[in-house]
Order: sequence, then C-alpha cells, then structure tokens
Amino acid sequence: MEMPEATPTDDDGVQIDLISGARMEELAGMEKIRLILDGVREGNIVILEEGLSPDEESKLIEVTMTEISPDEFNGIEIETYPRSETADRSFLDRLMGRESTKKLTVIGPANQIQTLHKDENLISALVSRK
Amino acid sequence: MGLLTGLRDSITRVTDRLFSASDPKRIGIYGPPNAGKTTLANRVARDWTGDAVGPESHVPHETRRARRKENVEIERNGSTVTIDIVDTPGVTTKVDYKEFLEHDIDEEDAVRRSREATEGVAEAMHWLREDVDGVIYVLDSTEDPFTQVNTMLIGIIESQDLPVLIFANKTDLNGSNVKRIGDAFPQHETVPLSALEGDNMDEVYDKIAEYFG
Repeated sequence: MEMPEATPTDDDGVQIDLISGARMEELAGMEKIRLILDGVREGNIVILEEGLSPDEESKLIEVTMTEISPDEFNGIEIETYPRSETADRSFLDRLMGRESTKKLTVIGPANQIQTLHKDENLISALVSRK
Repeated sequence: MGLLTGLRDSITRVTDRLFSASDPKRIGIYGPPNAGKTTLANRVARDWTGDAVGPESHVPHETRRARRKENVEIERNGSTVTIDIVDTPGVTTKVDYKEFLEHDIDEEDAVRRSREATEGVAEAMHWLREDVDGVIYVLDSTEDPFTQVNTMLIGIIESQDLPVLIFANKTDLNGSNVKRIGDAFPQHETVPLSALEGDNMDEVYDKIAEYFG
C-alpha cells in the first residue's frame, strides 16, 4: 500500500488510519489482513469503514495468532457494531451466502486500545501510546 | 460472487452433507477461554464412552491443541446418535504470556504456554473453516456474552451455515445469567447446564441428538 506523504515527526501521537470501503474492495483477502496487521504492529489504530467478512475475520484471528511474540506483539483488540443483519437475512441471501458486512470496525494493538463501552450504535475506546 | 457460482457452491455444500449423513458428525466445541469446554467434552465422553478427553483447569488456555474423541454414541429415545467430539482451544484475539505468571507459572513455562496457546487458537479457527459439521458454542453464564470474540465467532459459524447450539454453562455458580445469553443470541437456541455438576444433561443430550443426529 502507498503510505501517506507525510510521516510522523515525533512520538507524541497515535496514528489513525481510516480505510474506506472502496480502498478495501480493491484488495484480495490476504492483502486486507496484511494491511491491517502491518498498521497495527506499528502501533496504529486502523478503522475500516465497512469491516471484514466473517471469513476474513476468521483469517485475521488466525494470522494474528501466528504473529504474537512475547514482549513484542500481544495481539489485537477489535471492535465492531454487533451484527444485527444476520438474523434478518432472507432465505435467498442465506442460500447464496450473501452477507451484509458493512459495519465500522476498529482494530488496534491489544496493549494500546481498551474498549470502554460498546452497544449497537456506539463504540467508545481508550487509546494509549506505546 | 456470481449468481451461478454461489448457487453451485450452495448445492455442493448441501449434497456433501446429505451424502455424508451416515458418517459420525464432527461437532466442534467452541467458545472463549475458561468457558468450560473441556469440562463439557469430558462430561459427554465419560457419560457415553467412559473415557475423558483432556485435563481441565482454571488456568486459561489449558487446552492448546484440538482434541477429538471419536464415535461417541449417544442414546436418545431408543435410537443412537454417533458424533465425534472436537474439543478446541478457547478463541481470543490476544495472548499475553504475563497472564500465566499470575497462576504461579514461571516465565519460561509461561512463554511456552502462550506460544502453544496462539498455535491452538489458529488451529481452532482452521477446524472451524474446514473440518467441523456442527458447533456447540459454550459460554460461561456468569460472564457478559456481548464480547467481540463471541460476536465474531457466531458470525463466522453462521456464515458457514453450520448448525449451532449455545450452551450457557456454569449455572451452578452465583451470578449465572442464562437469559442474558439468550438475549445476546436470540437467533439460536440456548441450553443451560453445569458441565461440572452434571446439571440438565438430559436436555443437553436431547438437543445434541436433535441438532446433530
């Protein structure tokens, strides 16, 4: 991925990458996971406009596990709005495996982000520096 | 996904299940760490085969490899349902070896356990995508069920179109709240139980036979 033109000049901040659905749509499944984990491993907070599919979430957990390393990377914190569409999917949608996955998703390093509150409409998180 | 491709995949999935109906179903026991998955697996295995599946512990991530108990024959109403039980490591998105230090485990062992735990979670996810025919999702009914891991895993299970039963475990403890679990996942059936005490196991076996037989 092409990175931003400006690079952080000091250690005081936390970088937040807001990635649009259109940007993610161009990527293959593994590219999405790499984009997320590369950012998170640098200490960034990654916000996805449209989230991941269940299959991609499953692979994200799997790849995260393979990268955990003592005193270096403890894994991720991930929060999305609860999936409310699943129960209402039509029979045809279920038959076709169609998923409504457009849900804002926040992902960060486990040791830097703490979820304070979550409900159907609001995610409140505390982010700390490395 | 194209319409035809989607339809073809769906038909393949359905026919695969129909034609393998005579084989024992592989039922994965999933859930977060410390929900009582191994206690449940051992209870079921001991009740119907006399053997246990693996060691139980209060230390999270005691189960760090998926363990399978084959050909567990459950008798219900005069007929027999045969399943393979797959006890899986508790799923999480983070593992910090320092958490093991709080359980009187030395640092070297804690690092080894955390490495095995991460491998175990990856393995559990792989089983879920490839190798199970149904899921028992075990939750500690004294804990808040509205967690990201639970939401994601139930979503992953639903996207695979796997039959799923939710077990609200640890009903013997103060603070157990089965209704909260039912409210969190209203689209699925919730069965209360205490795997440790063996409470409500008749309903557990009735539901296993109904869903996975």
